[in-house]
Amino acid sequence: MQYGLNDAQEMIVATLRAFVEKEIYPHEALVERSGTVPDEIAAEIRRKTIDLGFYACNFPESVGGAGLNHLEFALVERELGRGSMALTHFFGRPQNILMACQGEQVDRYLLPAVRGERMDALAMTEPGAGSDVRGMTCTARREGGDWVANGTKHFISGAEHADFVIVFMATGADETPKGVKKRITAFLVDRGTPGFTIRPGYKSVSHRGYANSILEFDDCRLPDAQVLGEVDGGFEVMNTWLYATRLTVAAMCVGRARRVFDYALDHAATREQFGQKIGKFQGVSFQLADMITEIDAADLLTLAAADRLDQGLPANREIASAKLYASEMLARVTDAAIQLHGGMGLMDDYPLERFWRDARVERIWDGTSEIQRHIISRDLLRALGA
Amino acid sequence: MKVLVPVKRVIDYNVKVRVKADGSGVDLANVKMSMNPFDEIAVEEAIRLKEAGKAEEIVAVSVGVKQAQETLRTALAMGADRAILVVAADDVHTDIEPLAVAKILAKVVEAEQPGLVLCGKQAIDNDMNATGQMLSALLGWSQGTFASELSVDGDHATVTREVDGGLQTIKVKMPAIITVDLRLNEPRYASLPNIMKAKKKPLDEKTAADYGVDVAPRLEIVKTAEPAARAAGIMVGSVDELVQKLKDVGAI
Ligand SMILES: Cc1cc2nc3c(=O)[nH]c(=O)nc-3n(C[C@H](O)[C@H](O)[C@H](O)COP(=O)(O)OP(=O)(O)OC[C@H]3O[C@@H](n4cnc5c(N)ncnc54)[C@H](O)[C@@H]3O)c2cc1C
Ligand SMILES: Cc1cc2nc3c(=O)[nH]c(=O)nc-3n(C[C@H](O)[C@H](O)[C@H](O)COP(=O)(O)OP(=O)(O)OC[C@H]3O[C@@H](n4cnc5c(N)ncnc54)[C@H](O)[C@@H]3O)c2cc1C
Repeated sequence: MQYGLNDAQEMIVATLRAFVEKEIYPHEALVERSGTVPDEIAAEIRRKTIDLGFYACNFPESVGGAGLNHLEFALVERELGRGSMALTHFFGRPQNILMACQGEQVDRYLLPAVRGERMDALAMTEPGAGSDVRGMTCTARREGGDWVANGTKHFISGAEHADFVIVFMATGADETPKGVKKRITAFLVDRGTPGFTIRPGYKSVSHRGYANSILEFDDCRLPDAQVLGEVDGGFEVMNTWLYATRLTVAAMCVGRARRVFDYALDHAATREQFGQKIGKFQGVSFQLADMITEIDAADLLTLAAADRLDQGLPANREIASAKLYASEMLARVTDAAIQLHGGMGLMDDYPLERFWRDARVERIWDGTSEIQRHIISRDLLRALGA
Repeated sequence: MKVLVPVKRVIDYNVKVRVKADGSGVDLANVKMSMNPFDEIAVEEAIRLKEAGKAEEIVAVSVGVKQAQETLRTALAMGADRAILVVAADDVHTDIEPLAVAKILAKVVEAEQPGLVLCGKQAIDNDMNATGQMLSALLGWSQGTFASELSVDGDHATVTREVDGGLQTIKVKMPAIITVDLRLNEPRYASLPNIMKAKKKPLDEKTAADYGVDVAPRLEIVKTAEPAARAAGIMVGSVDELVQKLKDVGAI
């Protein structure tokens, strides 16, 4: 890995830092208060992102994206992580699993998503199947040359604004020596398809305005043209394209932690108690030292994992370590920042209580901390036959 | 028409400035540096002239330390076509005085033959507000300072100037030096395609010696001091109390 960013990468960071400060921060208080993003603000963020050539920057140039590599995309996510997720959602980065589109799917889903004309969401999780994705009970069965889908997905982010959803369904099962193993297929499902309902999900403590939805399938007919990838090939598309998504969580955590740290540092340098700046007390200053050390470590883990992806090296364990460490780091940093602010840290006059609440989900979605530890340890032990 | 835009690398406007312990200046070690905001407005205006078909080429030039390269890359990413870096100092704490900068710019103008020079009205680090005016004097070109509106029409330009308490509109003969004020425009962000293109755009590197200009300082900084800390405020309970307090301190 080469240390240090090149001029273009530095400029991506500087541009997005300015963009997030000027185009996202000013709307955050409103989103926190109202719990939604007004349509005109969403449209404005989307338009500005398209004008800047950053929309779908994670897609290759051949389909109209900007062709950023993994490291550069991690820098983008890191800077966006500073701002409210409800708002940065419209700084569109469609799921790169759409690269699996074939034939006419390219014109119906991939290209409009890259152009910012249609928004996507991705649905795996069900009330009865979270970490255990393969345990899903949403099924699509063959009937008269079509697929007929039934079941419920929940916790689906972005579905509220989505024009279509990439949905994983069980399409069969095989007897194996380890028991029954479900076959999974990915489907592209348009909003408005008969038998498909998107309804409001739960109210979450994290990321107000970034809603989750419940999807219901009631004899929803899907022709073969809606299959993304191969029939029964859901795990293959998942593994090929969703492999790196966890890294975006790590990158966002790093960006947000740096924003939080700036508040903590500033407060330690200005707040006086007992006749001096509280930063002069070692109890406070050592806390700051630990915070920045952890932030830098998480940053490097994230960029190093991205760099491995760019080099075509296996990175499953490294991505899991980055996601695990960065999300747990953010929890510690947001907690410490509140502590450093004393009572005011808890008040919504400051955004610290929000950062602290928002941090909580990062250890859960895109694979819980436990699942990341599972991935890391399996990777090490399997090599030894254990 | 070719437009020349001088850009200066200065301490970022968001950074809390710290005076060095010996009072010799401001601490710039490990401090975020950016393009002078007024120069950003000048770059933006040049790009708008080009988009309107009134300019063909935009050349950004910076006089200072080698690191000013980053500032020029920013100008290129915004939309300048090429850049010239004139290295005139090694130490990031060395500030090249306006007269030396103007003399170097005059030489660059001689070589480049632009039809218009767009400068920021002043740099936010030392607030000299002199380089554009000095350049105008050295070249014998017309000048329009503190521009909040600009339109270029063939052999002349119309400039709306922000003067104390109002606006003044003047007509200047081209070629001209225009120094720009805050309200002229709102600079764009560098777009991702332009960021990627910027590294391929030419950036020539020169030195002050190449132009035969002596950049030795003429001014001596005697002392740099922080502004007086603002005294803590007080809470008042009523309008009457507020009026009384203001009377007490002789404010009304
Ligand atoms: C706000 C929000 C948005 C989301 N957005 C989406 C989305 O857009 N699309 C989508 O598909 N999903 C989404 N999810 C779902 C998310 O990925 C799941 O919440 C996550 O995978 C965990 O599943 P679960 O919540 O069902 O917890 P469970 O899987 O029930 O886990 C409960 C606990 O058991 C632990 N556990 C489970 N298995 C093991 C094991 N093998 N070893 C040790 N411990 C284990 C877990 O770590 C956890 O602590 C979202 C979730 C949230 C909260
Ligand atoms: C919800 C709420 C209700 C409250 N109710 C009351 C009430 O009814 N009556 C009342 O009088 N007060 C009340 N308080 C005030 C509460 O007691 C103070 O918030 C608390 O004492 C901390 O003071 P502070 O918030 O000003 O933080 P600060 O004193 O400014 O502390 C900031 C940070 O500096 C650290 N620090 C300060 N000094 C040192 C040191 N010497 N060494 C190391 N670290 C140090 C602190 O530990 C903290 O991390 C309430 C506070 C809250 C949040």
